[in-house]
Amino acid sequence: MKIEYWLNGRKEQAEIDAGLMLLDFLRDHGCYSVKCGCETTACGLCTVWLNEKPVLSCAVLAARIDGQHVTTLEGLQDEAKEFAQYMASEGSDQCGYCNPGFVMNVLSMVRELSDTPTEAEIKEYLAGNLCRCTGYVSHMRVLRRYLAAKGKEVQDA
Amino acid sequence: MNIAQYVKAKSLEEAWELNQKKTAVVFGGGCWLRLSPQRRIQTAIDLSGLGLDTMTETDTAIHLGAMVTLRQLETAPALLTATDGAIKEALRHIVGVQFRNLATVGGSIFGRFGFSDVLTLFLTLEAEVELHRGGRMPLAEFAKQGGGNDILTQIIIPKKKRRTAYTSLRLNATDFPILACSVVRTADTLLCAVGARPARAEVRAFEGTRGLTEADATAVATEVAASMNFEDNTRGSAAYRRDMAVELCRRLLLQTGKEEA
Repeated sequence: MKIEYWLNGRKEQAEIDAGLMLLDFLRDHGCYSVKCGCETTACGLCTVWLNEKPVLSCAVLAARIDGQHVTTLEGLQDEAKEFAQYMASEGSDQCGYCNPGFVMNVLSMVRELSDTPTEAEIKEYLAGNLCRCTGYVSHMRVLRRYLAAKGKEVQDA
Repeated sequence: MNIAQYVKAKSLEEAWELNQKKTAVVFGGGCWLRLSPQRRIQTAIDLSGLGLDTMTETDTAIHLGAMVTLRQLETAPALLTATDGAIKEALRHIVGVQFRNLATVGGSIFGRFGFSDVLTLFLTLEAEVELHRGGRMPLAEFAKQGGGNDILTQIIIPKKKRRTAYTSLRLNATDFPILACSVVRTADTLLCAVGARPARAEVRAFEGTRGLTEADATAVATEVAASMNFEDNTRGSAAYRRDMAVELCRRLLLQTGKEEA
């Protein structure tokens, strides 16, 4: 079947099998930031944006993006680079495996949450991103600094 | 996934016609079907082009299109108000935001999954469902009989003065619940639902004046648990679930009673 879609702002079209998953489709189209972790919707590694909302590309049929906008880390390089510098400065990048999905969800969270998110709200928003290094404490350190730089102060209540 | 044909339905009638074949499957969010990659699907029916992804509010009810996502539900001010925030408590533990941006309320309800937090809560909200051919019916009835090959179009939450409380028990954050409890108290009725037993949620009704004291809350909770079957699985035993159901219901009964006072 034929689909037309926007990938990182560029209009494209492709011929696909009906059962192809978005994760595999994106990797076939050069978006290697999108990785397969659990393939059971549990880990968040394959996070991309579908119409500006973070979704798990391992659970979306490629057919579903017909007429829709898909954004991967490749399309958010400047923002991702900025956040990655904060991660590196705190050593929270660790093994790096979860980073692409984590960064995609963080960048979405920054857009969606209020200017004064609580730590609980942040943890809840990022609960779908598993870190096999268990680097959650350092993630929170990074987020506090990054959000402060974005004018969002994390509330402890 | 093994899908021969993918059809983005142009009308509910087309979706219904396609769905009359056993090898056809309606796609809501697709999250659950994703976990059955070996299943052979002749026709995948996509409802995303039918405008079922919107919520509308009238003086008497909140109407949820079947393709409204769980994330839309948990962030909808009207639902947060109508449920005292219980909608958020019921949904926030489900995997993560990315998953809830995909999973739909229609998929959650039509599947009548035993683990469903949505079904447990909505039973106590006295929700109704609307099927394309079957028309409207109470969710409690739908939960028992299912929707067959019909198409779920919307879920209707009646507006009422009510107090609502929800809680669930999970072994791990973001995992399936091993028990889900919801209590709604109106002026004259008390509704108590328990799901993930691991069987499908069921609801019990009492007079609105019940469960306001410690002793009566325990009595009502015990009666609720005694009226339902609990089963063992790898996540918990039937005995554990039954004992915890009494305790969780007792807490919710007191919580809704206190808020009303």
